[in-house]
Amino acid sequence: MTNYIIRRILQMIPVLFGVTLLVFLLLRVSGDPVQLMLGEDATAEQVAQLRAAMGLDRPLHVQYISYMSDLLRGDFGTSIRYNNQPALQVVLERLPATAQLAGMALLVAIVISLPAAIIAAYWRGRIPDYIASFLSVLGQAMPSFWFGIMLILVFGITLSWLPVSGQDQPGAVILPGLALGASLAGVLTRLLRSSLLEVMNQDFIRTARAKGLHPRTIIFRHVLRNSILSYLTVIGLETAALMAGAVVTEQVFAWPGIGLLVIQAINFRDMAVVQAVIILSAIIVMMTSLIVDILYSLIDPRIQHG
Amino acid sequence: MTMASGQEFPKDNEMPETHSPASTRPVLSVSNLTTALRQRDGGFQTIIDDITFDIAPKETLAIVGESGSGKSVTALSIMRLLGGKSSRISGRVELAGRNLLDLTEPQMRAIRGNDIAMIFQEPMTSLNPLMTVGAQITEVLIRHRGMTQTEARRESLHMLERVRIPEARARLDEYPHRLSGGMRQRVMIAMALVCKPRLLIADEPTTALDVTIQAQTLALMKILQEEEGMGILFITHDMGVVSEVADRTLVMLRGKAVERGSTAELFASPRHSYARALLAAVPTLGTMEGVALPQRFPAIDQVTGKAALPPPPVDTVSADEPPVLRVRNLTTRYAVGRRLIGGPKFAIHAVENVSFDLRKGETLALVGESGCGKSTLGRSVLRLVEPKSGEIQLQGTDIRKLDTTGLRRMRRSAQLIFQDPYASLDPRYRVGTTIAEPILAHGLASRAEAQERVARLLERVGLSADAANRYPHEFSGGQRQRISIARALSLEPAMIVADEAVSALDVSIKAQVLNLMLDLQESLRLAYLFISHDMAVVERISHRVAVMYLGEVVEIGPRNAVFGNPQHPYTRKLLAAVPKLEPSRRDRKPMLSNDEIPSPIRAAGYEPPKRSYRMAGTDHFVCEN
Repeated sequence: MTNYIIRRILQMIPVLFGVTLLVFLLLRVSGDPVQLMLGEDATAEQVAQLRAAMGLDRPLHVQYISYMSDLLRGDFGTSIRYNNQPALQVVLERLPATAQLAGMALLVAIVISLPAAIIAAYWRGRIPDYIASFLSVLGQAMPSFWFGIMLILVFGITLSWLPVSGQDQPGAVILPGLALGASLAGVLTRLLRSSLLEVMNQDFIRTARAKGLHPRTIIFRHVLRNSILSYLTVIGLETAALMAGAVVTEQVFAWPGIGLLVIQAINFRDMAVVQAVIILSAIIVMMTSLIVDILYSLIDPRIQHG
Repeated sequence: MTMASGQEFPKDNEMPETHSPASTRPVLSVSNLTTALRQRDGGFQTIIDDITFDIAPKETLAIVGESGSGKSVTALSIMRLLGGKSSRISGRVELAGRNLLDLTEPQMRAIRGNDIAMIFQEPMTSLNPLMTVGAQITEVLIRHRGMTQTEARRESLHMLERVRIPEARARLDEYPHRLSGGMRQRVMIAMALVCKPRLLIADEPTTALDVTIQAQTLALMKILQEEEGMGILFITHDMGVVSEVADRTLVMLRGKAVERGSTAELFASPRHSYARALLAAVPTLGTMEGVALPQRFPAIDQVTGKAALPPPPVDTVSADEPPVLRVRNLTTRYAVGRRLIGGPKFAIHAVENVSFDLRKGETLALVGESGCGKSTLGRSVLRLVEPKSGEIQLQGTDIRKLDTTGLRRMRRSAQLIFQDPYASLDPRYRVGTTIAEPILAHGLASRAEAQERVARLLERVGLSADAANRYPHEFSGGQRQRISIARALSLEPAMIVADEAVSALDVSIKAQVLNLMLDLQESLRLAYLFISHDMAVVERISHRVAVMYLGEVVEIGPRNAVFGNPQHPYTRKLLAAVPKLEPSRRDRKPMLSNDEIPSPIRAAGYEPPKRSYRMAGTDHFVCEN
C-alpha cells in the first residue's frame, strides 16, 4: 500500500509538469501581456521597457527555464491586482472559504441522496420511488444560480432567516451550500439508486434472503456497501470540481472563494493568479482521485493496490 | 396448459419404492404446486404445473431437467423467494405440518435459513464479497438462534471444521475472494447447515465446479446428510450427478413432472419418452471403449423417445499430409504484481513447453481443470495472446514471425468459437451482418455475394436463411452457438479453436451442436482444437487428447489410449472424478479429500524443470517427472 501511494505521488510529477507547460504556452498565445497591462495608448518605448523588465524579450526556452525555476521555488509571480502580493498567497488565502463551501455542499448532497436513494430502491416502482426520482431530476435540472436566487428571496429576504451574502456572518455558508448541494444530490441519488438496484439483483442478495434476514438488514448490511463504489467515485470527482471553485454560486452569494477570485483575475488579466489557481486545481484533482482509490481498497478487500 | 402429469403415470404413493425411507414422515411434502410468473405484458404465465413430491429425512430427491424446465422456480416457490407481486403460487408446501404457502412473510423469514436452507450454483457470486466468511455465517445464527457474537463465532468455527475447511479458524476472517471455488461452496454449505435445517435445497451446487472438486463436494454433502439426517432437494441438469446422489428422481419438462421414481429404476428403464431421450443424449464416459473414431450422438425424437441411429463414422484424418498446425515448445506467461521499481513480482505459467501436431480433419481435445492453461493455449496458437517462446506453424507458415498484415491474413485460416453464446455475438448487429463481417473485412466478396454466402452458411449450420435478418436475442443458446459456428466458417478456415463451445448448452442441444461439428468436419475436413473440461464429451468426439495440468501437457495420445489406458496419475484422477451413470455407485462409502487445484503462479524468473516424456504406446506420450 505504501509502495502504491509513493508510486501514485511520483506519477503526479509528469502530470504537473505537463500542466505547467500547458499554462506557460497558453499564457503566451493568449495575447501580449505587456500590451494588455499597459493598455492601448502606451508608447513602443514603454512596451519594450516593460517587456525587458519582465524578461519577455528573451527566447522562449530561456523564459520557460526561468518560469520553471521560479515555480519550483514556490514563486508563482505576483498579483497585479492585489498590490503585487505573491499570487500563491492570494490563492491560498481564498482556499479555506472554498473548502468550507465545498464541504457544506457535499454534506447537503450526501444527507439528501443517501436516504433518498435507499428509499427509492427499497420501494422500487412504488410512490416513494417516484417522489425521490422526481425530486432528483428536479435537483439536477434546476440551474444552481436560479435556485440560489430563489433561496436568497425566500430565506434571506422574505423570511430573513439566513444571511445571503459574504462569509462573515454565522450561518452564511448554509444557503450557498444548499444551492450548490441540491444538484449534486440529484446526481448522487440517481446514481446510488441504480447501483443499489443492480446489487439487489446479485446472487449474494438472494443468498441473504434465503438466510431469512430482514429486508432492512439486507439493505444496510449487504446491499449498501456493495453499491457505494460508484457513489464514491462521483463524490471524488465533484469534490475536486468544487474545490476548483464554484464560479456561479460564489458570484451569486458574493462568497469570497476561489471561483470568485478566478473570475476577477481573468477579467483583470491577473495571469499570475490564474496560473496559480490552475496548478493548485490540478494538484487537488490528483490528490482527490488518490484518496478515492485508497478508499476503494478500504471498502472492497478485492481491490488491492500494491 | 393441461394437467397431464397425473394421467401419464401414477402418483408417488402408488409407486413401488426401492429405497424405503417411508417409515418416517416426510420432512417436506409438496402437492400440486403450481407457479405462474408475471410476464412483461402484465399477464401471468404458468411456469411449473402441478408438481407433487415428498422428501423424507436423510433422503435425496433430484429434480432434473434442462434450462427452462422450471427446476429453479420449484425451489424458489418452496422458499417463497419469488416476490409476492410478480408470482402466483398455489398448491401445498407442507413442512412439519404447516403449509408454507399460508404463512405470513415474517413467519416465512423465520423458516428460511433455519428449517429450510439453500445453496446455489455460483459459489463465486453467492457470497457477499465485502463481508468476511465468518460474519456471513454468524449472521444466520444471530438471526435464528439469538446467539451473541462470541457464541455465534464459536459455532461458525465448529461448522467450518465440519465442512472440512483447512485452517478453519484463519478462514473465519478471510473474504470470499481469497478462497477457491470449491472452498467457497463449502462455506455456502456451512452457512446453510449451521442452523441444522430439516431440508437443504441445493440448486445446481456443483455445476460451476471442476470435476475433482465436484466429486469432493458431493462426497461432503453425503457425509453431512448422514450426520444431520436432513432431506436434500437436489436440482441439477446433470444425469451423472443425479446417479451419484439421488435416491429418487423427478424429471421435469416444460414445467411438468414427466417422470418420478427411484433413481435406479429411472436409469434402468425410463418410462417417459423425454426421460429416455435425456438419458440417451447424455455423453457418458466409457461408452466409447473399443470404438476408434468419433461418433455422433443418436438423434432422439422427444415425442416417441425413439433413437435414430447416427450415420457410421468416417475417417476424416489424413496421416500422410503435413499437419495443419504444428506447435513446438510453446510457452506463455503472464506477469502479475508490481514492484515500486523494476519488473513484476510473479508470473503465471499459463502454458509451459507445449508441443503437438493437429492434422487435417482431426480433433485434438485439450482437457484439464480451471487454470490449467487450456484456454490460454488455444489463444496463444492464434496469437490472440502473445506467447513468450516456442514455434507455431499454421499450414507451414511460422505465425510467430508474421507482422500485422500477415497476422490478419493468417486469421482467415484459423477461427474461434467461444463458450458463451450470449456474450460472443454483438446484440446490436443482425445475424447476417455478424456473419458477413469477416467476409467483407477480408475483402473476399462484394456485399451482394456476401449475403448469398451468409444464406448458405446459415443453412449449412441448420438454420434458415432468413435468420440473417434477425437479432441474436431472438435465438436460443443452441441456435446462437450455430450462428457462432457459421461466423467461424465464413472465412473457410482450415482449423477452428472451440473453447468450451458446448459447455453452456443443455444436454440435448449439446448433442445436436456436437453432431453439427462432426458433420462439418466430415464435409469440410476441418481440424478442431477442442478445449473442454467435459471428459465424456471429449471421449465421444475427439481423435486425440492432450491432458493439461499447470500449463503443461502431462499426457497426449490417441483418445482410445488416453481414456482406455491412462498413464499419468492426474489423468487417472480426472477420469475417476467424472460422475458415472450407475446409480449403484451411490452405495459406496464417500471418499473425501481436500486436494485443491494448485496455482500456476510462480516467482518471477522461475524456470520449471525440464520434462521428459516416455512413450506408452503408438503416438501416446506421458510426462515422466
